Formats: sequence, structure tokens, C-alpha cells
Amino acid sequence: MAVLAVSVVSADQELWSGEATQLIARTTEGEIGILPGHEPLLAILAKGEVRVSTADGQTVTAIADNGFLSVENNTVTVVASTAELV
Amino acid sequence: MGAQLRVYRQKISSAKTTKKITRAMELISASRIQKAKQRVAASGPYSRAVTRAVSAVATFSNVDHVLTTEPEKVERAAVVIFSSDRGLAGAFNSNVLREAGELAARLEGEGKEVVYYLVGRKAAGYFAFRKRDAEQIWTGGTDSPEFEIAKEIGDAVVSKFLQPASEGGVDEIHIVYNRLVSMLLQVPEVVRLLPLEIVEGVEAPDEKDVLPLYEFEPEVDKVLDALLPVYIESRIFNAMLQSAAAKHAATQKAMKSASDNADKLINDYTRLANNARQSEITQQISEIVGGADALSSAK
Repeated sequence: MAVLAVSVVSADQELWSGEATQLIARTTEGEIGILPGHEPLLAILAKGEVRVSTADGQTVTAIADNGFLSVENNTVTVVASTAELV
Repeated sequence: MGAQLRVYRQKISSAKTTKKITRAMELISASRIQKAKQRVAASGPYSRAVTRAVSAVATFSNVDHVLTTEPEKVERAAVVIFSSDRGLAGAFNSNVLREAGELAARLEGEGKEVVYYLVGRKAAGYFAFRKRDAEQIWTGGTDSPEFEIAKEIGDAVVSKFLQPASEGGVDEIHIVYNRLVSMLLQVPEVVRLLPLEIVEGVEAPDEKDVLPLYEFEPEVDKVLDALLPVYIESRIFNAMLQSAAAKHAATQKAMKSASDNADKLINDYTRLANNARQSEITQQISEIVGGADALSSAK
């Protein structure tokens, strides 16, 4: 099965990057889940958690504020001016 | 001690004191540049991601938005100049100011009014001395830039950009900063931030490729509105970090050559001092010999 190449980036560093099977983020419209094969998307994030289910079955959680989410060709980038891993 | 010799000794000791200072500054810069370079590298992913997203929108959608469309007539252009707070960095500040001057001359030649935004005490001083007006000035903290400052600068220029030209708004935003090419080379760079000019990190789509149809959440306009300040902030923050790293490299280079010059001066003056001392001794000997001769012949 295809996997997502995810990177979580804040203004001054790359917080996490790796392969994932699922990503859940909170946009201004509500929570959104991204699975492999998602159509290209550009969304504004509301302040809240970004949960990534990694390929080896773990969950990485980050708090992101003032950012956005872009999905393209199974590459997911979470960009936030301030973000930290929990 | 002869007068000449004393002058040389004074010069040697003054060159030694200067050398101590320049050597210390060289070492400080050398240790700080590593940190500065790491920060540039660390901010890379963010600005790459933002730039990718912006250019994806610009390339793959045909939305009418200030971000992606060229204004028909440009009345005013904003120029943001990134200098440093301190000198002693060789041609670092004069390079960036000269580059900004050329840019301004070119823009004015095209009939645009230039509005300046200055970062760093050196640019502020340059403008104050020439009694030129700047729209806004930020000083302090250029050695280790904070994201907050980048945000402030970004907010200031973006709000000007969104104002209509008739109310004093600007239609273009340019930035001028020193980019660190290598430890020995810093190049002043001029980049037009808005309207979007350079699309970095995204390959131009082939004619045959089917462009991905982006979905936007909430709406295209809102996403672009939110993306615009983020993009500007990230570019400005990146320019500040680059400029800080380049400043450290320039200081290190300038201080190294200053220390080398001090070494050379110390060498030269030591030679001259030795000469003076030797000729003083020779003179004394010949005086004594002359005196002894005179005494013995007087008997």
C-alpha cells in the first residue's frame, strides 16, 4: 500500500519527517483526515493538534498554530510558524 | 633611549593591542558563524515548503489574486534593505547599500516612487546622514534574528501592499540582502518578493503533464490571503538569517586581514626599532672613541 511522505515544519526547524499511513489535522473548517492517494489540497490550519500515524504503527502528535497543510502526490507538508511536538 | 626608538616602541605596542582586539573578534565571528549557518539551514525546510505551496497555487490555478497578478501600473515600490548593526565587516554594508542604490535608481528610472524599509543600524545611519527618508526602521538584533521581527516587517510591508496606491500603498516589494555563498564570498542579492517572480524549487510543468487540480479549504481566496503574509514572513526571515550569517563571515574575513596587517606592522616596526637602537649604539661608541681620542691627543 502506498504511504504518505510527511514532514512537519516550523519556522526555525523541521520537527518531524517520515512515512505515515494517515494524518489528521484541524483546519479552519474542521478536522480532516488524509490517507494515501488524497487529491491535491491546500488548507489553512486552525490552532490544534496534528496527529500522524507513522508507518511503524506509532502516533506522532504536534501542536501547530498559524500554519497550513499541503497535500500533493502523496507528499504531505504541515507548515506552521510555531509548532512543537508533544 | 633615543626619541626615534621611543616612537617605534609606541607604534609596536599600539599595533599589538589592536591585534589582540581584532584577533578576538575574528575568533568570536568564527564561532558564531557555525550557529548562524545552522539556523539558515534549519529555516530552509519552512521557506521551501511555503514557497512550494505558493508557487503551486500560482502555477496550477488561474485565480485572480494580488499575489499572482501583475498590476497594470506600478506607482510605488517598497525596498527592504537588510544591513547589520555593527561595522568592522569590510564592504558588507556598503555592498548592500550600493546594490539598493542601483535598484532604486533603476526603479525611479521606470517612473516608480521608492519607499524604503531599513533593517540594521548601519542602513539607518547611512540614510540619516544623507537626510533621506525611510518609511520604517528596525534596529538591533541583526546578529541573531528573531522570527518576531520578521513577522513585524512582513506585516508592515504586506499591509502597505494591500493598500491601494492612491492611499500610499505600494505595488511591488523588493528585498536587498547579503547572501552567504561561501566563507569567503558574500554577494548582495536583490529579490522581488511581490508580485511573485521567481518560482523556486518547483519544476515548470511539462506541456503533456496533467496539472493536479488543487482543492482549497476553505476557499481559494481565503487560502491565498492567509498564505500571502506567511510567504512574505518566511522570505524575510530567511533573508535576515542569510544576512546574519554573511555578516559573521564578512567580519571574520575583515578581522583576519586586520590581524595579518597588524602582524606585518609589528614586524616592520620591530626591524626599524632594531635599526634605530643599533645606530644609537654605534653613535655612542663612536662618541666615546672620539672622546677618548681627543683626550689622549690633548695630553
